[in-house]
Amino acid sequence: MLNFVLRRLFSSVAVLLVATFLVFVLADIAVDPLEDLRTSTAPNKAALIAERTQLLGLDQPSPVRYLSWLGGVAGCAIGKCDLGMAWRTNQPVADVLGSALVVTLKLVTVATVLAIVLGVLVGVVSALRQYEGFDYGIIFLSFLLYSLPTFWVAVLLKQWVAIGFNDFLQDATISLPAILAIAIVLGIIFGSAVGGEWRRRFIVFGVSAASTIAVLSYISATKWLLDPALGPVVILVTGLGIAYAVTAVSTGVRNKRAMYTAMTVAVLGAALWWPLQFVFQQANGALITGLAVVAVAVGVVVGYAWGGPDRGQSARTGAIVAFLVAGLIYFDRLMQAWRPYSESSVINGRPIPTIGSQTPNLKGSYWVVTLDQLTHLLLPTLALILISFAGYTRYQRASMLEVMNQDYVRTARAKGLTERTVIMRHAFRNSLIPLATIVPLDIAALLGGAVITERIFGWTGMGTMFLKSLDNAELDPLMIYVLIVGAVAVIANFLADLVYAALDPRIRVNA
Amino acid sequence: MSNIEQSIPDEGDRLENAIELKEVEGLSQGQIVFRRFVRHKGAMIGLVVLMGIVILAATSIGWGPIPGWWKGGGFGGSNPVEIPGGRPTLQLWGEGGFQIGNYPFGQDAIGKDMFALTMRGTQQSLMVMVVIGLIATVVGVLIGAFAGFFRGWLDNLLMRFTDVFIVLPTLVVGAVLGKIFGNVNAVILAVTLGFISWTGLARLVRGDFLALREREFVDAARVAGASNARIMFKHMIPNAMGVIIVNTTLLMSAAILLETALSYLGFGVQLPDVSLGWLINEYQTAFATRPWLFWWPGLFIVAIALCINFIGDGLRDAFDPRQRRIPTTRALRRTEKAAAKREARAASVGTVDGANG
Repeated sequence: MLNFVLRRLFSSVAVLLVATFLVFVLADIAVDPLEDLRTSTAPNKAALIAERTQLLGLDQPSPVRYLSWLGGVAGCAIGKCDLGMAWRTNQPVADVLGSALVVTLKLVTVATVLAIVLGVLVGVVSALRQYEGFDYGIIFLSFLLYSLPTFWVAVLLKQWVAIGFNDFLQDATISLPAILAIAIVLGIIFGSAVGGEWRRRFIVFGVSAASTIAVLSYISATKWLLDPALGPVVILVTGLGIAYAVTAVSTGVRNKRAMYTAMTVAVLGAALWWPLQFVFQQANGALITGLAVVAVAVGVVVGYAWGGPDRGQSARTGAIVAFLVAGLIYFDRLMQAWRPYSESSVINGRPIPTIGSQTPNLKGSYWVVTLDQLTHLLLPTLALILISFAGYTRYQRASMLEVMNQDYVRTARAKGLTERTVIMRHAFRNSLIPLATIVPLDIAALLGGAVITERIFGWTGMGTMFLKSLDNAELDPLMIYVLIVGAVAVIANFLADLVYAALDPRIRVNA
Repeated sequence: MSNIEQSIPDEGDRLENAIELKEVEGLSQGQIVFRRFVRHKGAMIGLVVLMGIVILAATSIGWGPIPGWWKGGGFGGSNPVEIPGGRPTLQLWGEGGFQIGNYPFGQDAIGKDMFALTMRGTQQSLMVMVVIGLIATVVGVLIGAFAGFFRGWLDNLLMRFTDVFIVLPTLVVGAVLGKIFGNVNAVILAVTLGFISWTGLARLVRGDFLALREREFVDAARVAGASNARIMFKHMIPNAMGVIIVNTTLLMSAAILLETALSYLGFGVQLPDVSLGWLINEYQTAFATRPWLFWWPGLFIVAIALCINFIGDGLRDAFDPRQRRIPTTRALRRTEKAAAKREARAASVGTVDGANG
């Protein structure tokens, strides 16, 4: 094992060195730092050129300059970092890099997590409904999303989601045909996703369409979108729904103690809504994180308190429900900040922004600032999700189908296990193994690959740093970008191998 | 989540096999694959639409030696604006019925014909896509084949070389290369992009070759005195053709998105030539006033990529030996009846024979 790790480490470093060297030489050919001076009409043109040549060491061949750059970066190992300068602005690369990394991480984390969760969910349902209407619909949709260029989608999103929604908010009423259309579409989606007998599909269709009509009419009639809030009653009802759904998936509804745990947690959450409103007045990031941890802990404790032989399962169910209900309460408080946010002078009634990562000069409480960041995240996250969602769906569907045809699934069914147990415990868990190997690679790719999304939505992250340095002929920031992206890719590859070997005993790493 | 269709009982399995066997009776592997491909509806629709786009783009404004039938015969020239605002003259219904008009895709602010621009962009994007696909396939197959066939140090060296390109995002290297070659010539840009897009294929071909070289037919060829090159190119590559063809297709759909993305960022095809990505970049700000300038190039990108993805999916199904067509209920019943009839006949023949004997 140690031998394998060492060998891998050595070859990774070698690969990284060759890759950075290649990019350095190529980029050196591509950019011309003297371009603006060559065409300048300044009287001291020759002196200026000589000065810049001196500054950037252009009189030396590029391999020599690569070595000196590498020496500076290697200094990090002994605590003397020299990442170079973005020479046009005279900024140290370390400063530029720090802020860019934070921005990109913020953008990529949310998008990746959401894309994985949604993609896996839809992929599993699609596999369970193989060769039915829902499955064909998802296959077509994933092909379509796969074929969409990011920059095209992004412009459409800006136009429809941001500008269209902001225009819609001026009035905030939904017309009757629109309500009916949305209801029918949602009804068809849910009806075909649930599947089974036609009677069952029609019932699901009717129920989901009718409830959509009711909710949308209420939203439209009360202009709810201008001043949204959930309130304790909606939180209680939704919480109970979440409790039932989570129990059904995680332990099965026949496990009474788990069901009682989930219900208790949901009721507790709704009861705590009122006192929490006062706590939220002093909110900050640390407090919210702490409250989330407390919520999960309460869920676990409630699960243990219900006791029984399977208290572990109850505790797990309780924790999941507690987290979701807590999220609901948090979301409700964010909604209450919506009105002050959209009416503030810098927002001026157009709350969905199309550019940047935050509104400059926005002053307000923790809630307003958080809401501002979320609205800025909305469009780029959507654009990123739409594209990686398709990949995850296809991948998860294929892997789930593969597992469902395995002998051990047949054995599980033959033992008389319920379909829920077969799917959740025997099939679903094993179908996640191949996913565990592409997630690290995907995160690595997203970290460097959000170039287009960042550019379109005006986020000054890693991708923008790369494009800017290429345009400005600044090699130092460009090389740091390449180094980080390459290193992350190498590490992700390595992690993926290790994870696969750990999860799947058929794989051996020391080969 | 409760009613998963239980696996088909044995009787059904047997019938399905009977249908499958009857269909492939006396056909070569290539014919089977072709038949399966032709039966894939998505792939066939994709193929037809793609051919339509290629023919439209190639003939309308002319391509190289092919003369165009579209008036003006070129792109980039500006004319007086026909309908105020440059709205498209294409109309599908309404007064006067279906009409193409002089400017079916509309005109931009200075009166350029959007149809001609879109056609030129499609030509460029298709050309770049095919060149990237061809070069990446050749390089990927060669590197994968040598690594898988010879193993040992050569395999190690070639695979580390592949890793060098894998750790660098294609878009990043593409941008750097585009900065060098983009304003020179679209063909040269495509060639250089082809040289960085082969990594996935090389890995797959290597994996295939590692398995193939252990097979008996390779030993047989070696015993018969075939050279290494002959074994690789005459015996092993035809057996890896499925993987190669499928991945070349998928590579091409990635290639068209790469080219348009680079052109959008300004590192791809540049004026005086145009590509679909360049058009979107140029006209994205006009979305609110002249949405057609933005819609048409985008629709062509999506249509091409979608068609190729569907064709790739059809090819994958056609080459996959585990893939079985789900027979319709009617076909199942028919086979069942035929089997019953045959059995009845066999039984009666048996009794007659017995009586005679």
